Amino acid sequence: MEIIIFKVALVLILFVVSLGLAAYSTYAERKVAAFLQDRIGPDRAGPFGMLQPLADGLKMIMKEEIIPNTSNAMLFIAGPAISMVTALMTSAVIPWGPAITIAGQKMALQVADLNIGVLYVLGVVSIGVYGIMIGGWASNNKFALLGAIRASSQMISYELAMGMSIIAIVMSTGSLTLGNIVEQQSGWGGMAWNVIWQPLGFLIFIICAFAECNRTPFDLPESETELVGGYHTEYSSMKLGFYLFSEYVNMFISSAMISCLYFGGYNFPGMSSVQAAVGEIPFALICVVVLLAKIIFFIFFFMWVRWTIPRFRFDQLMNLGWKVLIPLSILNMLVTGGLILFFNK
Amino acid sequence: MKPLTNRSKVASNKVMTTTESLYIPAILSGLKITIKHLFKKKVTIKYPEVLKEHAKVFRGQHVLKRDDEGRENCTACGLCAVACPAEAITMIAGEREKGEEHLYREEKYAEEYNINMLRCIFCGLCEEACPKDAIYLTDRINLSNYGRDQFMYTKDMLVEGAVAGERIDVNPRRKGVREGAL
Repeated sequence: MEIIIFKVALVLILFVVSLGLAAYSTYAERKVAAFLQDRIGPDRAGPFGMLQPLADGLKMIMKEEIIPNTSNAMLFIAGPAISMVTALMTSAVIPWGPAITIAGQKMALQVADLNIGVLYVLGVVSIGVYGIMIGGWASNNKFALLGAIRASSQMISYELAMGMSIIAIVMSTGSLTLGNIVEQQSGWGGMAWNVIWQPLGFLIFIICAFAECNRTPFDLPESETELVGGYHTEYSSMKLGFYLFSEYVNMFISSAMISCLYFGGYNFPGMSSVQAAVGEIPFALICVVVLLAKIIFFIFFFMWVRWTIPRFRFDQLMNLGWKVLIPLSILNMLVTGGLILFFNK
Repeated sequence: MKPLTNRSKVASNKVMTTTESLYIPAILSGLKITIKHLFKKKVTIKYPEVLKEHAKVFRGQHVLKRDDEGRENCTACGLCAVACPAEAITMIAGEREKGEEHLYREEKYAEEYNINMLRCIFCGLCEEACPKDAIYLTDRINLSNYGRDQFMYTKDMLVEGAVAGERIDVNPRRKGVREGAL
């Protein structure tokens, strides 16, 4: 019984936190953009503009909801819903901290410790492309369709390289469970992060994460300068809000995945001495904070890159995906496999 | 072929070296440049709270001056209207009656004095033309409005107040103009 209450509470907290973080990512995006361009950014709503996400959300809800009469209304509504649901679903397998004991039961700070956690993430992420594809197709608008086509081909191409860079991690850790993968990085006083063994894999993964989130330099599906609004050209009101929001939730989840797979998850240097000094639950909270700090850093990195690198051309994007990243990830996999064989002998 | 000017540049289509084609050094140096801007001083001025200092000779909204005793300087001679290249100024002259000596400095005054702020180009020629020290441009910003009719400024919007607190100081501008800081 306790475990169900605990899991439900965890799900609710996670839901609120990922929405809250996504909401504040929109604020952070504008602030980071402004700071990188020597401006101040939004500062009118509340102190330092902290209430800006609320104002934006209100604006989105108050706007007129338009469903074009040549569109397929059901699919038109399903598109943003799928995007949002899949974006939120991924967070289920992320381990937020070490297990804690409540009422004599050991409970993992993780909604579902699936034994195929990594595959689950890949699976859900690839459903995410349907949200964009269906939305773009149902709009019955050439720009939306072009955006959707770009999105689907881009996401499918980059999923391959992403999956193969994860395979190298799975090979070296010998586990598909995210909880295990994170736990294994606690060596060396919390510094045995996978990025040390897998620098190339990390590079491939982060590039693919950018592409999967449709972030600059891979924001071709919604490139305003070329395709009006891309796949969400015809969307308005909160349905547009859902699309934009799911992008930020995706960014949050990608950052969490990068942190967990390559940057030790909740592990941090000197964690064993901290564990000895404080109780179990404070320690778990510290771990959660550490993971959140890593996630926020990567979200910042996403934004930092956005204001640094211009958009790729579509042929460059495909070249990079198929001719560079996939061969590199195969090479990475082979070398990892070779080294494992060599050292285990 | 000989270039026509010394500004022309030869376009380079050279093949990238291996390190260049990795893009990563270039991306890293780009990231370094952008992160530097994070800590730079921001150029934004928070407008309604912080006002940017105007030049001494800033040409903003007009004022019709009064003399030291609070009498209107303008005699409706019409030189400003003649000087105005945008034909924004119109006026109707009136004769001063007995008992109005405390209101108008000379026998003739402007009964109506209108400036069409949509026509005005803030060139300051009216001020240069004025022989009576009556019209000046000030550093006040000409406010925005919702309708075109609200830009037809009438005399009551242009003449400065007679009381000490309502006077509008144009001395810095006069000094600036004298010093040739145009």
